Amino acid sequence: MKKGTRLQPNLLIGAAISLLVLAMALLSLVWTPFDVTVLVVGDRLQPPNGTHWLGTDHFGRDIFSMILVGARTSIAVAVVAVGLGIGLGVPLGLAAAANAGSLLDDLVMRGNDIVFAFPALIIAILITAIFGPGAINAIVAIGIFNIPVFARLTRGSALALWPRDFIKAARLAGKGRVLISIEHILPNVANTLIVQATIQFSLAILAEAGLAYVGLGAQPPMPSWGRMLAEAQTMIALAPHVAIIPGLAIVVTVLGLNLLGDGLRDIFDPRMRGRRP
Amino acid sequence: MRHGGSLVLASLALVLAMTAPGAAQRTDVVVGLVLEPPHLDPTSNAAAAIDEVVYANLFEGLTRFGANGDILPALAESWDISPDGLTYRFTLHDGVTFHDGAALTAADVVFSLDRARAGDSVNAQKFLFADIEAVVAEDDRTVVVTLARPNGNFLFNMAWGDAVIVAEASAGTNATQPIGTGPFRFETWRQGDSVTLVRNPSYWGEPARLERATFRFISDPTAAFAAMMAEDVDTFPVFPAPETLSILDADPRFETVVGTTEGETILAMNNRREPLDDIRVREAIAHAIDRQTIIDGAMFGYGTPIGTHFAPHHPAYVDLTGLSAHDPARARDLLSEAGVEGLRLSLALPPPVYARRGGEIIAAQLRDVGIETDIVNLEWAQWLEQVFGNADFDLTVISHTEPMDIEIYGREDYYFGYGAPEFQALWDELNLTLDPDRRNALLGDLQRNISENFVNAYIFQLAKAGVQNVDLEGMWINAPTQATDLTQVYWAD
Repeated sequence: MKKGTRLQPNLLIGAAISLLVLAMALLSLVWTPFDVTVLVVGDRLQPPNGTHWLGTDHFGRDIFSMILVGARTSIAVAVVAVGLGIGLGVPLGLAAAANAGSLLDDLVMRGNDIVFAFPALIIAILITAIFGPGAINAIVAIGIFNIPVFARLTRGSALALWPRDFIKAARLAGKGRVLISIEHILPNVANTLIVQATIQFSLAILAEAGLAYVGLGAQPPMPSWGRMLAEAQTMIALAPHVAIIPGLAIVVTVLGLNLLGDGLRDIFDPRMRGRRP
Repeated sequence: MRHGGSLVLASLALVLAMTAPGAAQRTDVVVGLVLEPPHLDPTSNAAAAIDEVVYANLFEGLTRFGANGDILPALAESWDISPDGLTYRFTLHDGVTFHDGAALTAADVVFSLDRARAGDSVNAQKFLFADIEAVVAEDDRTVVVTLARPNGNFLFNMAWGDAVIVAEASAGTNATQPIGTGPFRFETWRQGDSVTLVRNPSYWGEPARLERATFRFISDPTAAFAAMMAEDVDTFPVFPAPETLSILDADPRFETVVGTTEGETILAMNNRREPLDDIRVREAIAHAIDRQTIIDGAMFGYGTPIGTHFAPHHPAYVDLTGLSAHDPARARDLLSEAGVEGLRLSLALPPPVYARRGGEIIAAQLRDVGIETDIVNLEWAQWLEQVFGNADFDLTVISHTEPMDIEIYGREDYYFGYGAPEFQALWDELNLTLDPDRRNALLGDLQRNISENFVNAYIFQLAKAGVQNVDLEGMWINAPTQATDLTQVYWAD
């Protein structure tokens, strides 16, 4: 009785970190200690101090402000990319499950296999190399790889539901496949999707940082954690905090989202729930 | 503890004993370069990386650049110039042989110059040879070059890496198996890693003091720093990470060497495109830029502000930085005068730090006067094709590293597209002038012309900020041309 309702520490820590990052991103919309587009070269590479809480980078920009705005960049890219994956992947998965064994099902699933077969980051680099670097192209590149993840997950979960009695009842009541998918299947696969979305969200943040690191993500002057890390690379010997801080930001955020995802799965996933003591 | 201590001592003694004979003078050097050359034939490609390996070491021309940009005799032992400035009679050194054993004769000079100036020539700097009317071998050691019109720069032109003398037999294969006349000959090229040269035992002049020279290509600034610290590389003449020079300089094993180069770093503007075809807009951009901040922010203080496309160490240099002094208010006035509002320009940045970091600072300074920029980071191949080749850009940051390259402003089809008739007239007059004072005055007029027309925004002269082992002697301090001259390099004890 208690096992399902007790909150896991994983979940609490993960949720706290995720909310903190989200709060930082939202805060940056209205306030940052310093303007991240103003360069004060004379103040460069200061260690953390009273004025610049996390020090300054090689252009004298306030690193704390950049971390705040960088959180916004990361979250914006991840939200849209995962949104793209859900928005296209879930309907495809529902349609494939509703028409299991049909030509449509085959087309969707083989299409997924093809996208899956490519190494994600390489394709992301290809896309940004063709269409030019930038946040939008990074979103598209990351989003494309979220589509098969969600399509496959949705189809698998939905297939398990179709033979169930309440679906049969709905069919007997004369509801069509589309309506059943939306009204009965979708609510029942939502939990699984939320867990997956959390995991994909952390992967998207990591992918955005990776693309930005190689210069293919958000372009300057828009701060981005990955690019902060890349630019700090040659400064490590001079001012280690310039590299450590964005690195920590990425690690902590991804860790937080993973913990959150794990915690949510413990709550939602019936099979996992059953295994807990 | 004691036992361990004595073991350490014993092994130390052993190591010392073993290395003692090895402590004699080293005769090899490892040079770090940022860019790997596309191939090794300087007569068919503009890439500076080729000359950085082969110039003076492997290939030689009739004349050559000295360490401070002076023109010295090389394969030509001496020359006479006719009073009308049209005929140059070069006498070649005796006993010069190519690395494959063939003797150098006047016929090789005729072949090299005729090949470079031929219609189908792939030489990257054909203008160097444009005034030559005829090249004739009088005998094995005498070459007479006749010019169509006097050219006061002719001996200077012949010193370029693009004007080296090659043999007909090996001209076609120099790209991969370079055969020259220099004090070093080619040994191996490990693609993506290094080129190794060895001493030429039958060199005609003073032999090199080094037996072996390896050029290692390390483009990543972090890797360059690590290679230096680990002493995998003995010298990095142009170090890619100026921010770490202070750390290396503080290390007793190394010294930093800061000199000047021929690299004018400019914010090039596409003079053909609206609204940059309006001089007021270009002037506004020039006034928006604060040179010292860019030098400090991007190059950690290494660099000299310039106000025109000319090297400040040259005697003809005119300081025109005042014409485009940092004045954001004036820039905003000029923009509104030109009726330009909400200007948004693309800013293409090639990989070097002066461009990537300098570009970000320039973007911030332009934003300050109301010009938004879209930064586009490009790899070299993309930059060369898109910006340099197709002139598809608004703004770009680039360092022009050839010596005396103000001439590019006379070319209408050059990527930034200037080529004003007044400039061309001045350039033509310069070519007909031999008197040094008059030449310097004309060079001053050329500098003023491009500066007053705000063709580009002139930012700073690239410093040659390098680092080397303290015991290494004889490296060039300045870089009057793109070269790593190892002919005088040796190890002090």
